[in-house]
Amino acid sequence: MAVELDVFVGNTIIMSEEVYQLWLDGYTVNDAVKVRMEGGVLDEFDAKVDVVLSDTMDQYRTFQMCERLLHSPTKLANQLLFQIPPHRQATLIERYYAFDDVFVREVLGKKLSKGTKKDLDDISAKTGVMLKSCRRQFDNFKRVFKVVEELKGPLVENIRQHFLLSDKLARDYAAIVFFANNRFETGKRKLQYLTFQDLAFCAGQLINNWTVGAVDNMVEDMDVDLDKDFLQELKELKVLITDKDLLDQHKSLVCTALRGKTKCNLNLSRGLVNIATKLTNTKDVRDFFIDLVEKFIEPCRSDHWTAADMKLYLTHYTNSAHILDTFKYQVVWDRYMGVIKSCIFKMYHD
Amino acid sequence: MPGKLKAKIVAGRHLPVMDRASDLTDAFVEVKFGNTTFKTDVYPKSLNPQWNSEWFKFEVDDEDLQDEPLQITVLDHDTYSANDAIGKVYIDIDPLLYSEAASVISGWFPIYDTIHGIRGEINVLVKVELFNDLNRFRQSSCGVKFFCTTSIPKGYRAAIVHGFVEELVVNEDPEYQWIDRIRTPRASNEARQRLIFLMSGELQRKIGLKVLEMGGNAVVGYLQCFDLEGESGLVVRAIGTACTLEKLSSGSGTHTHPNTAPASNACNSPSKDGKESPLAHGCRSTHNSPVHSACSSQRLSQNFSVSVPTLIFTGMGSGSMGKDAGPLKTLLRQQTQTALEQREFPFFTLTSFPSGFLLHVGGVVSARSVKLLDRIHNPDEPETRDAWWEEIRQEIKSHAKALGCHAVVGYSESTSICEEVCILSASGTAAILNPRYMREGCLDLGGSDQRFEDPSPSSCGFCHIPYDELNMPFPAQLTYCFHCRRQKVPDVLFTTIDLPSDAAIAGKGCFIQARLCRLKKKGQGEANATAISNQLPFMEYELHTQLMNKLKLRSMNALFGLRIQISVGENMLLGLASATGVYLTALPAPGGIQIAGKTPGDLNTEQHILNIQKRINDTIAKNKEFYEVNPPDLTEEVVGSPIPEPRLRSRLFRSHSESSDELSELDLSHGKKDAFVLEVDDTDAVEDIHSLLTDASPPKGFYSCNTETMPGIYNWTSALQMFTSVRVLRLSNANLSNQALNKVFTDLCENLLKSFYFKLRSMIPCCLSHLVFSVAVPEEDLIQVAVTAVAMTFDKDQTQEKPAEKPITKGCSEAEDQLQFSLELCTDSSSINSQSSSKNSGVPESSHLSTRDRCSTWLELLRLKAHTIRRGSVKTSRRTQSLAHSVSSLEHSSPLTEGRSRSLRSSRSFGGSSVSVVKMTPLSFLPGTRIVKYVGIINMFFIRETTSLREEGGVSGFLHSFVAEVFAMVRAHVAALGGNAVVSYSMKDCVLMENPNKNQCQCLINVSGDAVIYIRETDQEVTGSTANIGLSCTSSADGAT
Repeated sequence: MAVELDVFVGNTIIMSEEVYQLWLDGYTVNDAVKVRMEGGVLDEFDAKVDVVLSDTMDQYRTFQMCERLLHSPTKLANQLLFQIPPHRQATLIERYYAFDDVFVREVLGKKLSKGTKKDLDDISAKTGVMLKSCRRQFDNFKRVFKVVEELKGPLVENIRQHFLLSDKLARDYAAIVFFANNRFETGKRKLQYLTFQDLAFCAGQLINNWTVGAVDNMVEDMDVDLDKDFLQELKELKVLITDKDLLDQHKSLVCTALRGKTKCNLNLSRGLVNIATKLTNTKDVRDFFIDLVEKFIEPCRSDHWTAADMKLYLTHYTNSAHILDTFKYQVVWDRYMGVIKSCIFKMYHD
Repeated sequence: MPGKLKAKIVAGRHLPVMDRASDLTDAFVEVKFGNTTFKTDVYPKSLNPQWNSEWFKFEVDDEDLQDEPLQITVLDHDTYSANDAIGKVYIDIDPLLYSEAASVISGWFPIYDTIHGIRGEINVLVKVELFNDLNRFRQSSCGVKFFCTTSIPKGYRAAIVHGFVEELVVNEDPEYQWIDRIRTPRASNEARQRLIFLMSGELQRKIGLKVLEMGGNAVVGYLQCFDLEGESGLVVRAIGTACTLEKLSSGSGTHTHPNTAPASNACNSPSKDGKESPLAHGCRSTHNSPVHSACSSQRLSQNFSVSVPTLIFTGMGSGSMGKDAGPLKTLLRQQTQTALEQREFPFFTLTSFPSGFLLHVGGVVSARSVKLLDRIHNPDEPETRDAWWEEIRQEIKSHAKALGCHAVVGYSESTSICEEVCILSASGTAAILNPRYMREGCLDLGGSDQRFEDPSPSSCGFCHIPYDELNMPFPAQLTYCFHCRRQKVPDVLFTTIDLPSDAAIAGKGCFIQARLCRLKKKGQGEANATAISNQLPFMEYELHTQLMNKLKLRSMNALFGLRIQISVGENMLLGLASATGVYLTALPAPGGIQIAGKTPGDLNTEQHILNIQKRINDTIAKNKEFYEVNPPDLTEEVVGSPIPEPRLRSRLFRSHSESSDELSELDLSHGKKDAFVLEVDDTDAVEDIHSLLTDASPPKGFYSCNTETMPGIYNWTSALQMFTSVRVLRLSNANLSNQALNKVFTDLCENLLKSFYFKLRSMIPCCLSHLVFSVAVPEEDLIQVAVTAVAMTFDKDQTQEKPAEKPITKGCSEAEDQLQFSLELCTDSSSINSQSSSKNSGVPESSHLSTRDRCSTWLELLRLKAHTIRRGSVKTSRRTQSLAHSVSSLEHSSPLTEGRSRSLRSSRSFGGSSVSVVKMTPLSFLPGTRIVKYVGIINMFFIRETTSLREEGGVSGFLHSFVAEVFAMVRAHVAALGGNAVVSYSMKDCVLMENPNKNQCQCLINVSGDAVIYIRETDQEVTGSTANIGLSCTSSADGAT
């Protein structure tokens, strides 16, 4: 007695968010049924396996048919095939584009290419995210990247409009696109402790302050590419470590301000300024985060600074430069240190 | 030149990529009507072309306007090779031909291809300019409105109900023409779709002509079906009820019954004289040739075209003979008969009626006939098929007569075809109607003519027997009505109609289904047909027994909406009877079910029997509680001792009759509840008991029924979910016994129901209404069940309350007292009339029975079974226990956010606005809303085929997307007509043919319904609200990919 065919179609789409999540997570129908049966929610309804199976199959098919539309979410609103209430549309899209932080942490900064796609099984094995789900998430990144790549205007806004995502999710995607575009190195062992949210925050800072879009908001790729002129200007900051007078003056100012509170270590200054001066080099841009960790965070940590110590230090370090009368690059300094400060704050875990 | 059709192609969107090189499409559109074709320019390299064409004008006869669909083909231009078709849209122009319906068709239509499904959308504008045509010999019937709804449409009142109209047209099926061997599947499918569009247009036009001839202006309860007879051709047939409808002023709401509406008294005819001939229009079929003239083309000789006699369902039991034949009844019957007998077939496809229309209900009448198909030689003369149906209808008519009825309501026809064998079925409910509605002029119920006033209160009047007690057509137990105590009622009542809105009931209704599967030997030709027709009566009998048992198990006493389907396959016959059980307080309380063993003494068996008995009693008790069936105390009283009141009344009523005391006593003694006795030694009984006990009742918070409204639930909330479900089971073991097969089939149906409950659990408390099951045997070893229904939520807190407008039991009996005076006036003539009437009805009945010897064995069977009925008593003393709904704590979001009524013109979208919500329901109403306009009938036929079945997710994936596509196309057409809902939606056919080995599958679906504009009951203004229901972000350009 084999069920040859079994379908159930409603005039309005019929879906349960639980099943949708299982589908997104890459569960096979049978595994999903198992999870649902074990979930116990169904006990009160006294549902038999075949009933749950049939329901799961119907929903899986519906989701598969919707998937094509979800690839360009704006279509979902004016397609005629399924009647989906607006709040359901929003849920479908938001959940489809949601991703696992552990997974995205693995591909962050990698080229969104076929090559990376081939490594997905390893990533899947490492993160415990099912391969199917990895593929969906990876394809989502790629799709968003491709669409946004050629658009003018602010990155976050573009993503939100074209994919109808929430503000939070759109920002996360902007970070992913930004990382992929600049190929920041995030996979090194030293960086492993950083979560996706840490890095996404930093990306947000970079997008808002260091890209072309921070100055001019009508160019292509404005939020994806770093402002070349700015990077060039950063070279001028070298005086802070090459000019002996300036260095000493700066050092004494910082030490006075910090007196008694924290150790006054201006080797850190050398590190930060060196990062700034090398950013014209694409290779060094990629190593931006690793440099921050190696040149600043690690030394602080080995000195057992607390986050508060570090904050205090950076604040005074930044501010003292303003008092240096021979230091002419105040604007560049602020633009640079503003981002560095907030990135380090975020990246410095106690 | 009676009409000018204008079409404008505006734009397309989401087109498929037709040119792999550029990932774009060079689309253009061909617009075809009749033999005229126009083309738009090619819009190069775009998936969202903006043609914005000129108005293409077609000057055509209105006859063509009715027959032909507007055919829109979207193509991809190719410079070097043939242009590739992207897909088509067929638009039915008919809704534009009524003055009150839509004035323009405008909107996005899915572009449909029979191989690829929906491929993008196209925005089209269509208008018709109709010139007045005074030609009396015209062939068109523009302006006749068609409704699928099987009641008088909301917002209208029926001035006259003219009666039955039918028509059929036949043609060769393109799929079986020689040319099919050389053309592509796509071309063949399209030829078929187009032909069926044409045929149904023609059919509708012809029926419209008949309606005009009768003086009507509308067809209500329009039921159109396709018979795919394969080699022998394609039949499209339709039946309906011709009416003269009058539009009510827009102020009156949904609940306004036609009788309370302001009636035009101007045309009040002097109808005091009952003999005055009403109506001259008779319903005449155009093809009225005698049966034998068609014999030459009929391979099957008359001997073998066995018509199976009707099951006249009305319950069983030893007949109690009373002498009293309601005098009024006779009088009424005589008067109405004159009006109705002029009609060839006094049939009505309606299932619910304005109050006062339906006087008495006799019972279900049905007829089946097995025929052998032969090629239709001349499509212009479909006599054979006509004659077949004529035969069946005659049979139905005579059955109705045998039940003392002059009309058949809730009438429907169906077929089941397997290879060359075809079972034609017709069924309905024999009834006596109020003659007033048949006549012109006297329409308002408050009319002057008191003599025609139905003496029985409306809450129980329809239960009173219309037939003669002395000559009962079947053994039945009669008692005095438990409501008015004046007239006789049967112990059980089966009908095909909906529960009359004013009927007095106890508790809630419940969905009852009898299922049966019978093996048959494979056969050919006449032998096969004979074998089938020999099995039919047994199947009907078994189904009937099952229904009876299940009804008793739920301690109910009446079935509404009964639909028995018998489907034929190569090696089996399937029978499925669905109905909604109700406890009518006017009818006696049902007895229990008693189990008896044949071999007493055996301790084991006794114990076994006791166990079963206990389980059955428990189930009955449980069901009573679940359905809140708490018959009023009076049933107990009556059973206990004859209470004086009813007797007093009956004496008052028949003061001259000497035997009255005896009679009433006799009847009261019969009021004792008889138990059904099932003997467990009998294998059939074992099976019955088994099927009885395996039927699970729906989970808490769920109710189900197959009628329009759920008896006992009145406070619907607005959330609803219409769904279609199809399940096909492959029997793995070819050598199954009948019993095993039965179990498989029963489980299939039960599991489907369980599935629905599970899937829709978020809607609790909820009722599955209008559950329509249709079974088929698409291939050997395959059983297909297709279900369409709607889930509706209701407010559980008020389920006990009946709206004030509905008569309450107590109030009714008071009203009766007031009526008594007028009743007495008529008693004088009672004895004379009763005699004459018994003679009258006696003669046709005996002849009716003698003509059909074949049925005697079967009737005997029925009687035999009836003898096993013994008396038993089950005390029904359970008191009310309100149902505790356990509301599931799962996601409780209603599946449909209310789309507010939208201004249909202004919101008609171009570009990126969101799609308006179109509700669909198989019911004739939408709870919490008011239908303000019917914008046209929807009658669509689609074929879908695939040669890559696996890639589309197997048969399930294929059908899932096809059903979704059909819904989408229906919604799009409704929206384009300016509507926001489809009511009375039904899926007539779902024919699935698969060949997994070849990776192929084909499916045909036929759907119909009425497109309407509704407004929320709370909304005062009719239109003009442009509520934006879309997402705020959907306004962004849709073209970005």
